Order: sequence, then structure tokens, then C-alpha cells
Amino acid sequence: MLKFVAKRLGISVIILFFVTLIIYSIIRCLPASYAESKARELSQKPGAKPYEELLAQMNEAYGLDVNIPQGYVIWAGNVLQGDFGDSWQWNKTVTDKFSEVIWYSFALGAAAFILEIFIAIPLGILAARRQYSRTDYAVTVFALIGISLPSFFFATVLKMIFAVKLGWVDLYGIVGRMHEQLSPFGKLLDYAHHMILPVATLTIVSVGSLMRYTRTNMLEVLNSDYIRTARAKGLSEKRVINFHAFRNTLIPIVTILGGSLPSLFAGALITEQLFQIPGIGYTSYVSMTRGDIPMSMFYMTFLAILSLLGNLIADVLYAVVDPRVRVH
Amino acid sequence: MSEEKNLDSKIVSTSTSLDDEQRVKVLSPGMMVAKRFFRNRLAMVGLVIIVCMFLFSFVGGMITPYGEREVFRTTETQIKDYAGAAKITDWQYSVVEGKDFPAAAQAKVILAINKEETSFESREVVYGLNKIDDNLYYIVQGEDIATVTSVGARHTYKELEEGVLNDSIKAAYEAAVAAQETGFDVDGVHYSIGKQGRVATIRVAENLAVASKYAFAAAEADTEFTFAFKSAVLNAMAEGAATVEADGVTYQLEESKDGSVVSRDGNIYAIVSHYTISPVMEGVFLTLEFREAALKAIEDGAETFTFTDEAGNETEYVVKRNNEQYTIRSNVEIQVNDKYAAPSKAHLLGTDGHGMDLLTRLMFGGRISLLVGFVVVILEIVLGVILGGIAGYFGGWVDSLIMRTVDVFYCIPSMPLYIILGSIMDFWKIDPQLRIFVLCVMLGLLGWAGVARMVRGQILSLREQEFMAAAEALGISTKRRIFVHLVPNVIPQLIVIATMGLGSTILTEATLSYLGLGVKFPYASWGNIINAVNDSYVMTNFWFAWIPAGMLILLTVLGFNFIGDGLRDAFDPKMKR
Repeated sequence: MLKFVAKRLGISVIILFFVTLIIYSIIRCLPASYAESKARELSQKPGAKPYEELLAQMNEAYGLDVNIPQGYVIWAGNVLQGDFGDSWQWNKTVTDKFSEVIWYSFALGAAAFILEIFIAIPLGILAARRQYSRTDYAVTVFALIGISLPSFFFATVLKMIFAVKLGWVDLYGIVGRMHEQLSPFGKLLDYAHHMILPVATLTIVSVGSLMRYTRTNMLEVLNSDYIRTARAKGLSEKRVINFHAFRNTLIPIVTILGGSLPSLFAGALITEQLFQIPGIGYTSYVSMTRGDIPMSMFYMTFLAILSLLGNLIADVLYAVVDPRVRVH
Repeated sequence: MSEEKNLDSKIVSTSTSLDDEQRVKVLSPGMMVAKRFFRNRLAMVGLVIIVCMFLFSFVGGMITPYGEREVFRTTETQIKDYAGAAKITDWQYSVVEGKDFPAAAQAKVILAINKEETSFESREVVYGLNKIDDNLYYIVQGEDIATVTSVGARHTYKELEEGVLNDSIKAAYEAAVAAQETGFDVDGVHYSIGKQGRVATIRVAENLAVASKYAFAAAEADTEFTFAFKSAVLNAMAEGAATVEADGVTYQLEESKDGSVVSRDGNIYAIVSHYTISPVMEGVFLTLEFREAALKAIEDGAETFTFTDEAGNETEYVVKRNNEQYTIRSNVEIQVNDKYAAPSKAHLLGTDGHGMDLLTRLMFGGRISLLVGFVVVILEIVLGVILGGIAGYFGGWVDSLIMRTVDVFYCIPSMPLYIILGSIMDFWKIDPQLRIFVLCVMLGLLGWAGVARMVRGQILSLREQEFMAAAEALGISTKRRIFVHLVPNVIPQLIVIATMGLGSTILTEATLSYLGLGVKFPYASWGNIINAVNDSYVMTNFWFAWIPAGMLILLTVLGFNFIGDGLRDAFDPKMKR
């Protein structure tokens, strides 16, 4: 098992190397004069360093004055020492900005994740138990609509209804106007209040695939021989579903859910941008559109690590559950 | 299921002889899939949606009366300053062509007039002031032409410039001196005499400017008044003459309420009045009729007046008084883009922020969205099948190499990368048409990994089957074995993955265009039509600008997903009812 994990880790590192190399090369496609104009712009911010110093620092730190392979080596060398550099957009180190915003993203992701589980799994099982019934069709249509919904459109509709027409929630942001005057508990409620629409958007848009996955797996389990045996034994339908079928359905679902745990930190780029939740997704979106190379590089590397970690967790979990995988 | 029953009965019937009554129609596997597919209600709904979308985008785009980029204009009334009017209280100077009458000297004129002086000095230049009446003064400038030394009745002339004096001037001078006058006229030229003891100077008094409190307005835009004309008219007005001759033309003069009307051959040529009226905008010419109407309104103290111009357009003007200044304002119709016009008969879904017909934009946007979807999916499938097929068939290091590449592409965070590529294209200011192609290639290159992984997995299991051993035994070439014998067996999964992929590609394209990083104006796409919603005002006030586009995206993606889902069920015998 340890060997399996070690091998997977080794492959992951190699993949990560190529991924970051590709991303670095693409980001370097920005016009050559970009750092100069950026430095000029930055030097005009209050309290910023002078232009020459900024330019020299940028060129040195990100190897913009050397070719791409050399620049990559410089960047990777710094990263290996834990130095992702200073964000050009936010005027602080990338890691500082990251630790400042990540928890908003995590809260958003975790809330949506929990809701998703509680909606998708029961509905998926229900649909599978009554295959081709009205319920099944309703669940299938609901899931497919969720998958097909453009998140930006759905979020706008929600905003239109609940923020503009009904006025229950604010249009943008994570805190209300009176946030500073609130008690600590009130502040928490304020955050939660502003999270309602983003969480709803994220949940509806992503609940469909988990629902479909649960339904498919449950169907597979229900069609298997041991369920027939259980029924033949004369067990009550309740016991067949809740003990024999459900547990077996859970195996692939837990695997896939475990694999998606790291993505809770990934942030929801589009949703955060739409609601201007200052999480890692929104921060990175702003950084990327403004050409903040250090922050963008960091975010993409971070996402790549998360997805590799997710795959690794899923594989390990799968190997734990299904010993046949370990042979390969 | 009916097919199963059919099969069963067929097996039963083979035991006896097969006659027409017992012969049962057996469907080919393809037909069975089709039958299962067409029985799936959701898939049918999806198919209808997609067919409708194609008709809407491609046929609709052809029959729509408007063009993709046709901008509709509308007129908007805006109250604008049209003209300014003021009663003239200061002296107005008309300067002789080619002469210079500096502002400093103009200021001295007022002082001289108030003090009733006949001459004044400014910057060491002496000017003379000839009073005709209280409202008309000539400013003259003397130029010394000769000095005369007089002893008794003997005059010695000394010309400052050769030949300026002739006998008639001398005779007139002598007559004037004898009569003790300070000036004399010869041939219409006024000479003045300055005396300093025995030496006298003869000066030619030349008119430099005329000061009056009248303004001249011409009947035609290109008329320019000469000094001769102005001075002649002003003189005539002072004298009360009915005709005046200037520059060889005779004009008739008619007194009006505050000034006079100058006509030429019976047509009004100019009016002279105490009011000056000038247009606010350049290039506008105020007709005399308008001036008269405006003057009448000002004198009557009216707040508004209507004026009908030569073309017969009646316009209402508002007169606003500010001390002695009047501003004449009018409702001006200006052409603007017909922005966010509400749905109407002409524009069933209204117009967008550029004044373009939204329904037409949606049709053309549908073309781009659907085409981008198809191009990207075809690219993904081609790349995925080739690479996945090679990896799955050969195995070994080829497989490892390709699959690690797939892992790398799988691991690249696609959305952030699209956003970065979009901003890079923004920095380079890539042509919108080229951008669409780049977008397709970009989406295709980052999307093939999933297809390759699926194809490889399928081929890995297929190549162990007996028919592949048979194909090998028959000596069929490797290329043929992969692409003729293996790949067709993957086609069901490919069709499903392609259909679902169409939906998700359209979604990605729409998201990017929504963020302003995908398809760019002037090209329409459903995503960039919704982009208008980034403006909260548009979101809350103009539902028609974004709801239809969003619904189209939702319906199209839903349609592809319904079809994909139906196809998966149809291809997969395990999932059948």
C-alpha cells in the first residue's frame, strides 16, 4: 500500500512539473512591455516602491528578462523554498493574501458540499428504487437542469428575485453595511446571510452530477445478485435497501466524495466572481484579468495540486475498498 | 421487453419449419438502439429542442429582416441652447478692412466720447473722433503728408512723400487757412490742419473705424458686410436718408422699430438693430425672419414663441432672460442608438445596448455558440480517438507516455487557463474573428484528454476479445485493426460523450463570453449577450436583454444532455426497462 502511494506521489510530482511548466509558458505570452507598464502603474500606488526598484524586482523575481525555461527554473526554485513572491495586484505576499481569503472559499465550498450530499444521495437512491417512475423522471430532469444551468445566468436570476425584487439579501459582497457594529455572533449571521445565494447557486449547479452518479450506482447494486438473494431470503424491502444495497452504493460514492474533498479549497471562480465573495476564486479572477502573474501562477499551481491530491485520495480510497486495484 | 420476447419466440420457432406466419421480424442492433432511443420521452424532448435551436439559429438567421450588426437609431428630443441674444449697450466697432484698431484704443474711445473730446491718444498714436450724432462716431487716424511754413501769405510746402500734394490741395489749404478752418475736403478726402506757430502740418484724416450701437444681420449666410457699406448705412440712418449707395450698389433704407431694414432691389438685404443675436452652435445660420420673431418675443417679454422655418417645420422656442442677455432654447431632435428598446412589433425582443435587434442577435449568437460547440467537440474527438486508440492498442511505453500526457492535460485547471488566455488575447488585441478560432482550438486542446482516456479504456478491454485475435490472424494491418475494427466498437460511447460534450462546451463558451473573454463584439454569442447584465441597471430594468439568452443556453445544453442521456440508455442494454 505504501509503495502504491509512493509511486502515485512520484507520478504526481512529475505531472505537477509539466503542468506548471505549461502554465508558466502560457502566462509568459503576455507582451514583453507588460512588466514595465505594470511597474509604472504600481509605483503610482500610495506607499509603493519607486518604479525602477519595482521593475527590477519583478524582472528578477519572475525571470521576465530571461527566456522561458530559465524563468521557469527561477520561479520553481523560489517556490520550492516556499516563496511564491509578491502579488502585484494586492500589494502583499501571495501566501499572505491566500491565507486571508481561503476561509471564505472553504466556508462556501463546505456548505455547498454538505447540502449537495444531503440532497443528491437520498434523491438519487429514490430515483433508482423507482426507476422509470414519475419520481425518477422528475429527479433526472432536475439533475440535468442543474447540470445544464449556466451558473452566471442562474445566479443572476436568483439575484434578480431575492435581492432586487424581494430584497431579502444583498446583491453583492460578504458583509452588510452595518457589519462592524454587530456582535461576534451577529457578524457570523451576517456572513451566513450573504452566503445564502452563492451556496444555493453552487449547490443547484453541481448537485446534478452527484445525483446521477448515485442513481447509476444504486441501479447497478439493485440489479446485482446479492440483492436478489436478500429479497429471496424474505428480508423486508426496507432492510434490503437500507442495509444491503445502501452500504454497497456508498462505496463508490464515498470514494468520489473523498476525492472531491481537496476541491473544497479550490474556490468557486465564477460564483465568487458573480457575488463578489472575497474568496480565493474571486481574488484569483481579479488577479488573472489584471495580469498579476505571481498570484495567477500560485492559484493554478494550487488547483493542480488539489486535483492531483483529489485523484490520489480517490485512488487510495478505492484501493482500500477494492483490493483488486492494488495489483496494478 | 418486446425484442426479448421476439428473440425468444424466434428461438422457439426454429425447432419447427419457418413459415411466414411464424417468421418474426428481427431488428438489427442499430435499429434496436434507435427504437429504444425514440421511445425515450426525455430524449425526444431533447431532440425537439435541439432541432428547434438549429432552425432558430440557422433558418431564423436567414429569414430575419435585420442584419447581425444592424444598429437601429432613434430620435430623442433634448432641450438645447439654440441662440443667444443681447441688447447692445456697448459701442460696436467696425474697422476698415486691412486696418488695425487695437483694443486699448477702443477703450479710450469710450472715455473720449464721454468727455466729448475730438481726439485721443493711445500708445503714442493720436486718433481723431468725428461725431456724426450721439449714436455714431468715426474714429479717424491722421497721417502727416506735408508741412507748410507760412510767412504772411507765402506758403512753402514740404512734402513728406513725393507727389502727395497737388495744386488743388494747395489751393484748398490756402482757402481753409484764409477762412481759419481746421480742415478741408478735396475729392472726397478730408484733410486736417495742425498748427504749431508758423509751421503747419497737413494731415490726411483716414477713417479707421466706425463706432455705433447697432448690429448688422444679413439675409443670407455668405454675406459679408464691408466697412463702406456699414458706414454708408449708418450715415444714412443718422441723416434719415431713404437710399444709400455703397460699393456701387444702391440700397433702400426703411426705418423699423429699433433700427432699419436695408433692401436691395426690393429684397431685404440686411437688418440693423440694437440687438445682437448669434447662434450657439457653429454652422447654424439664423434667418432674418427668425431674428424678427425672436426680437418680437424679446420686446414683448414673451417666454416662448413658435417659429416656422422655410421648410415648414414649426418649432417652439423658449426665451430665457438673464439681465440683458437672452438665451433662446429649443427642443432639438438628435439621433441616438435605440438602446434597450422594449419589445415591440418591430423588435420582438427589444434591442440591446448597441441598439441592435436582440432576436436577430440571438439567432446569430446561436450560430456561433452551436458552431463553436461542434468544432470543439469534433477536435476533441479526433484528438482523443487517435491518441487514445494508439495508447490502448500498443500499450507499453507508448501507452504510458500518452496517458501521462492525458494526466497533465487533465490536471491543468481549465477555467483559470481560459481566463488567462482570454486576457492575453485582450492584451494583444486579437481580431474578434480570429479570436473565435483561437477559442475553438483552445477549448479543443484542453478537452481531448477525457475522450482519450475513455477510448483507451474501451480499447484495452476490446483488444483482448476473440474478434481481434481473428483480425490479427487474417493479417490485417495495424492501422486498419485500430481504426476499422476497434474504434467502431467505441462509437456508442463516443456519441454519448460527444453529445454531453456539446452541452458542456456551449456552457464553457457562454461563461467565457459572459466574462468578456470569449467571443467578442461585434460577433454575437449567447454568452456575450448576457454580458450586459454586469450592469445592475440593465439587470433590474431590461429583462429582455438577458433572460432570453440565458433560457436559450439552458434549453440547448439541456437538450444535448437529454439526448446524451437517452443515447446512453439506448446503447447500454443493462439500462433498458
